[in-house]
Amino acid sequence: MLSERSDLRLIIVGIIVFSLLVTLLGRLYYLQVVTGDTYRVAAANNTVREIVTPAARGLILDQAGRPLIANRTSLVVTVDRAALQRQPNGGVDVIAGLSEALDIPVETIEDRLRNCGTEGAKPPPVCWNGSVYQPVPIAKDVRTRTALTLMEKRREFPGVNAQLEAVRVYPRPFESNAAHILGYLGPVTEEQLDAQADPTAWDRLRRTDVVGRTGLESYYDEVLRGQPGVTTLAVDTAGRVTGTLDERAPTPGNYIVTSIDSRLQAVVERQLVRAVQRAQAQGYPGDSGAAVVVDVRNGHVLAMASYPTYDPEIWVGGVTKEQFDDLMQSQSLASNAFQGLYAPGSTYKVISAAAAGKEGFSLAGSYDCPRRLRLGTQVFRNFESAGFGSISLARALEVSCNTVFYGIADRMWERAGGDRASQNAADPIAETAAMFGLGARTGIDLPGEAAGRISSRDFKRANWESKRETWCRNAVEGYPKTRKKDPKLADYFTALDKENCADGFRWREGDAINASIGQGDTGVTPLQMAMVYAAIANGGTVYQPQVAKAIVSPSGEVIQDFAPVVKSKVDVPRSTMRFLQNALPGVTTDGSGRQPFAGFPLNKIGVASKTGSAQVTGDKPPISWFASYAPAKNPKYAIVMMVTQGGTGSRTSGPSVRKIYEALFGVSGQQVRPERSVLVGGSPRTQLPQVRSDGTPVFPRGRYSGVSQ
Amino acid sequence: MSGIARAFSTDLRSRPRSSDSQRGLRYWRDLDWVLLIAAFGLVTFGSVLVWSASRADMASPEDPQSFLKRHLIGVAIAVPLGYLASRIDYRWLRAYTPIIYGVSVLALLLTFVPGIGKTIAGARAWIELPLGQTLQPSEFTKIALILMMAVLLSEKRDIESEPRDRDVIMSLVVAGIPLGIIFLQNDTGTALVIPAIVIAVVAVSGARTRWVIGMIAGGILLILAAVQLGLLREYQVARLTSFINPGADAASAGYNANQARIAIGGGGWSGYGLFQGPQTQGNFVPVNESDFVFTVAGEEFGFIGSAILILLLGVVLWRGVMIGLRADDMYGRLVATGVVTWFAIQMFENIGMTIGIMPITGIPLPFVSSGGTAMMASWIGIGLLENVRLHSRGLPT
Repeated sequence: MLSERSDLRLIIVGIIVFSLLVTLLGRLYYLQVVTGDTYRVAAANNTVREIVTPAARGLILDQAGRPLIANRTSLVVTVDRAALQRQPNGGVDVIAGLSEALDIPVETIEDRLRNCGTEGAKPPPVCWNGSVYQPVPIAKDVRTRTALTLMEKRREFPGVNAQLEAVRVYPRPFESNAAHILGYLGPVTEEQLDAQADPTAWDRLRRTDVVGRTGLESYYDEVLRGQPGVTTLAVDTAGRVTGTLDERAPTPGNYIVTSIDSRLQAVVERQLVRAVQRAQAQGYPGDSGAAVVVDVRNGHVLAMASYPTYDPEIWVGGVTKEQFDDLMQSQSLASNAFQGLYAPGSTYKVISAAAAGKEGFSLAGSYDCPRRLRLGTQVFRNFESAGFGSISLARALEVSCNTVFYGIADRMWERAGGDRASQNAADPIAETAAMFGLGARTGIDLPGEAAGRISSRDFKRANWESKRETWCRNAVEGYPKTRKKDPKLADYFTALDKENCADGFRWREGDAINASIGQGDTGVTPLQMAMVYAAIANGGTVYQPQVAKAIVSPSGEVIQDFAPVVKSKVDVPRSTMRFLQNALPGVTTDGSGRQPFAGFPLNKIGVASKTGSAQVTGDKPPISWFASYAPAKNPKYAIVMMVTQGGTGSRTSGPSVRKIYEALFGVSGQQVRPERSVLVGGSPRTQLPQVRSDGTPVFPRGRYSGVSQ
Repeated sequence: MSGIARAFSTDLRSRPRSSDSQRGLRYWRDLDWVLLIAAFGLVTFGSVLVWSASRADMASPEDPQSFLKRHLIGVAIAVPLGYLASRIDYRWLRAYTPIIYGVSVLALLLTFVPGIGKTIAGARAWIELPLGQTLQPSEFTKIALILMMAVLLSEKRDIESEPRDRDVIMSLVVAGIPLGIIFLQNDTGTALVIPAIVIAVVAVSGARTRWVIGMIAGGILLILAAVQLGLLREYQVARLTSFINPGADAASAGYNANQARIAIGGGGWSGYGLFQGPQTQGNFVPVNESDFVFTVAGEEFGFIGSAILILLLGVVLWRGVMIGLRADDMYGRLVATGVVTWFAIQMFENIGMTIGIMPITGIPLPFVSSGGTAMMASWIGIGLLENVRLHSRGLPT
């Protein structure tokens, strides 16, 4: 037998060995099971690198295939900040050198290199919104020579690179602008990144991506964007690629074919400016305006313009602070055509007339058209206080007699119960307006559309509920500030608020009367008004206006053909609709629309129209409205134009609308020559334009091409 | 009769009475099969890990399996060597031990001969063989040293008496010579294993307690002195201490420790699956087919796989300790003690460095790491354990 001491010591060796095993197992359990997740993350960061190739963004074409937005390549100089920081002095020399070579101030480069949200960073788009590791573009459209010089002196310019990037280009056929329809691109926002369903998907939005901000670029962003090419590489720690885990080629974005005709668009834009100039020539400010041309048969938007406008090119590659401030100042970023709300004035009378027909008022009977209507202490006048005696309803539309509609609205109001009417009482004019699509978004495929509002019993109640507190407080306080300067005015305000506070919800006689002629609280967009007249033209169908006709792949395959969408049918008796269709051409031949259409071949192409000179608060000049459709028989187009602070509809907007019809129908003098129409073939295209296999669209040559070849 | 009977009962291998075929049968019957199965299990597991670690290497793109093939060839050589070690006659082995020892020290010195010695990962611990093979003589040194000490500490004395101080001093000298050479080679890993073997073997030999305590204290002092006096080179200190704070210098010394921990930690409960470990397949962990092979087990098979690996090693160590305990003679017990200590320290150091509880040193995981010399040495170790068992009177269960 061996000694006990030896036995014991060997047993101790065994115990030590056992404890070593237990130590290893315990530590492993801690490392793998307790804290394993953190290491998984570390491992994931370690091994994968993505190389992202942006997809070519889809083109936007007009109805004839002319590109409204295309792509071009731009030579962009980028700076890798990591490389700059490795320089002994943090790259000050490099920035100074770049400033000289590119002729950009040092501060501009430094501002650009700052990450958004860090201290001293300017707001986007000046600051860099991308990843910290991503090279920052500091100059676009750099001349090839300059870029080559930078590349040759790589040692002097570490981290500086010049590369070709695809940027948006606006070919502007026929010098059309269409900025508000097309929209522009901007860097993706933090909210958009956060809102992504799957923030790890390979085709997710990345921090450096640009997305549509407004217009079609925004509405159809996902269609146009395509999918980026992503190569996922396994990378070892020395930066060597050890394998390709995943490789996806970029899928170029699809094309949007619009119903816009760029040649017509150019005409409409030019005519809108003319109308504004006409207003200004009459001494009015004419500060803004809009014009819309729609196809009454399907709701296609053929042209839509807003004044003032801006150059969409300004957004390419980011705007400077100065440019951005200018844009904000000019209020040109929003489209007045579908984002601005205006009192419709007399163009609204078609709604009141339809309501009258629906309510059983005689459409053929005669109505009194006095100079003024007295209701209690208030006096409601005709425009320029003209009186026409006893006239037909059609004539009332032609001469735009306010007092006839006042009378009708007053009787409707009385019928509903007058001041004692319940909240649910009938409000036929507002109901008819809603049937025509007012007070609600038209549903056009452009973002940021205004819904508008209809002056009604309901609206007044809702308005009172939201403002009552303020009114009641003011009624008690009595405008102490105003009182110091003008006690009388303060008394007046206080009395008004006292009344409003007490029963400001009540739909009064005066409200009903005002509403009948498109005054009061009613606010509409010019696009909504165009859809109203289109509905009258087509016999009562309210279409959802559409800018996009189809989605086409870059290889020319039709991916989606947008069918016309019927939003609602106007539920008025057919006789009423026919009455309007018969009455409105008379406005152009014998009424307030006669002047601008003098000499127009109305016998060949009848034009249905209605003028409007909407009063706005204060002493501002009225909004000049001209709403119309043509031909009066078998209508095709509805055109609405308006100029704020522009004077009367017939003098300011009317002549421009006439010019647009001339362009559409090929009218010169008394001649109608469809082949001279601005539209190829004389009417909107039913066929989609072709796209060649290389992605270039086929569009007309010669004088129809719209671009200098 | 009594002499014969005693011979019968004390030495199984000296029973010449049975026929050759009977002896052969008894050999196979008396082997410690649990030990063998555990060792083969480790080799199988290890081959899979080496395969996974090396197939992603860009080193030999024309044949991703070339590393695995070399590994399996190493196993194919190592297992017969183990068989031979188990069948060698004790007496013969004791007689030739000084020669084996001398040859192993000479082989160690060969690494310093220009044109023959080869430096890998900072350690001049290899000699180059023809046909591009390399050999690490220090692997055999461990075996030679165990055998040499077992001879010295079990000779010339009664079975129950403690070794004389002379014998202890002799065995320390015998250990000191190769240890010094290995230290000069910068083979820190092996230099850590040898003192542990010496302490364990001397302790189990029954040497006086003051020797044991003295050696443990001396070992600690030696390490402290080496660090304090700058005997260790800077990179050695950096390597050794980086496990305490691996984030301090992620680019150099702590890098290996960091990457290894990311790999193992990321494995979680059940791992990413074979060939799925990002750290392994992305070659983030250096030398993960040899010294860092455990990271592959940790990452691709998770805690479950790592635990199975450690338990298999545990079975080997447990059987080794049992063989030592049941040994009839001090020589056999000391051989078993040496082998068990050698395996245990290498296992603990190798796995410990990958999980951040031991300093980073170049040391293979027995039976698992690729590396022909280490594989051969490990199997010779198994063979020696079996040999000791077969020499024992009452077979352990």
